[in-house]
Amino acid sequence: MKGGQSQMGSAQVTSESTTALLRELVAHLRQNRTQLREEWARRITEAKLLTAMTKEEVFAEATSVYDNYVEALETGTFEALQAYARNLSERIIPRGVQTDEVVGIVLLLRDVLARSLFARYHADFEKLNRILDAYEPAANRIAITVAVGFVQERERTIRDQQEAIRELSTPVLQVRERLLILPIIGVIDPQRARQLTEQLLRGIRTNRARVVVIDITGVAAMDSNVANHLVLTVEASRLLGATVIVTGLSPEIAQTLVNIGVDLTKMNTVGDLQGGIEEAERLLGYKVIPVTETENPA
Amino acid sequence: MEVPILKQGPYLIASVQSALTDADLLQLRDALVEKVGRFRSRGVIVDVTAMDVMDSFASRMLRDIAHMIRLRGADTVIVGIQPEVAFAMVQLGLTLEGVATALDLEEGLSFLDQKMKKVGGEVRTRGR
Repeated sequence: MKGGQSQMGSAQVTSESTTALLRELVAHLRQNRTQLREEWARRITEAKLLTAMTKEEVFAEATSVYDNYVEALETGTFEALQAYARNLSERIIPRGVQTDEVVGIVLLLRDVLARSLFARYHADFEKLNRILDAYEPAANRIAITVAVGFVQERERTIRDQQEAIRELSTPVLQVRERLLILPIIGVIDPQRARQLTEQLLRGIRTNRARVVVIDITGVAAMDSNVANHLVLTVEASRLLGATVIVTGLSPEIAQTLVNIGVDLTKMNTVGDLQGGIEEAERLLGYKVIPVTETENPA
Repeated sequence: MEVPILKQGPYLIASVQSALTDADLLQLRDALVEKVGRFRSRGVIVDVTAMDVMDSFASRMLRDIAHMIRLRGADTVIVGIQPEVAFAMVQLGLTLEGVATALDLEEGLSFLDQKMKKVGGEVRTRGR
């Protein structure tokens, strides 16, 4: 089979010969499945990739990746492989597998298979060339598909987590009738600042709040954009008829606010959250009296 | 569209029903300033719940109304500014400085009641 084919002209039979070559290639990979798979798993371990997984797991995954790989080569369609890559990523991302590891193992498989092709066709250089012509583009596409699938899955996970953190991060709490507190902890980026404002203004409306205490003890520093946004939020709240008291300003934030030239007549600030709530109660006409005092009216 | 102005005890309530043109705003200003004197009102409430846009002219006009009514001896409260409108306004620098605001009509009325009480208290102290 070697001799006859290599002497045939090559120009007129490009596309159907590519499919024929791929078919031959797939047959070869199926035949040597066990051996190539083992070789691949061995090289993965050698290269210290996928260290988060046990040897058995690596071998099991290697087997299914191998089969999917061969199938993608055979059919030339990548949907099944894409779905598999996403599914695989979903399973291994929580175990701390890195992008370079995934790309690494796919490239290793590519190398292992290329080596086996060399070994098989080394006697017939022209045939080897044509086989590689058929194999390389397909193999590269597979590598890209798997890597992109992994990265996309990872990005999706990150997006989901960001969303979850964002939802958790800005509670608007009612402590008394007409009094809301908004404790802010952590870094405020422009997007979080926008969300914060939205939630606060909506909260003022739904809870019919008259005083709001924004506590920023947990915010170490903010840039002038965010500080400006905070000032806008305070003014917008006033337009809704609510007084805002800002508490817990760190020295750095105080400096930022002074540097951007905030009109301090528009901002009520109190040292800490307790002071802020006391001030708010005063504004609302509440008075907190210890039980003992009310029980002994002397 | 002309804004209806209702008399409610010592207060006047102007309830904006739709988007206002500049001419409507001028008309509202003139009517309110005139009626405050005629009815000897102590407070004015302008309800803007129905306004979903507030441009610089409208907010300047509201501020002018409040200041003119102050000079005529009454207090003004702007009520019902929507959250989105409020934030858009402050972003444009339209903060209605020096003008009282409240969440809705009810809050506006209680704000004016409070203010009246304070004034009333002063009068009594002096009489004693």
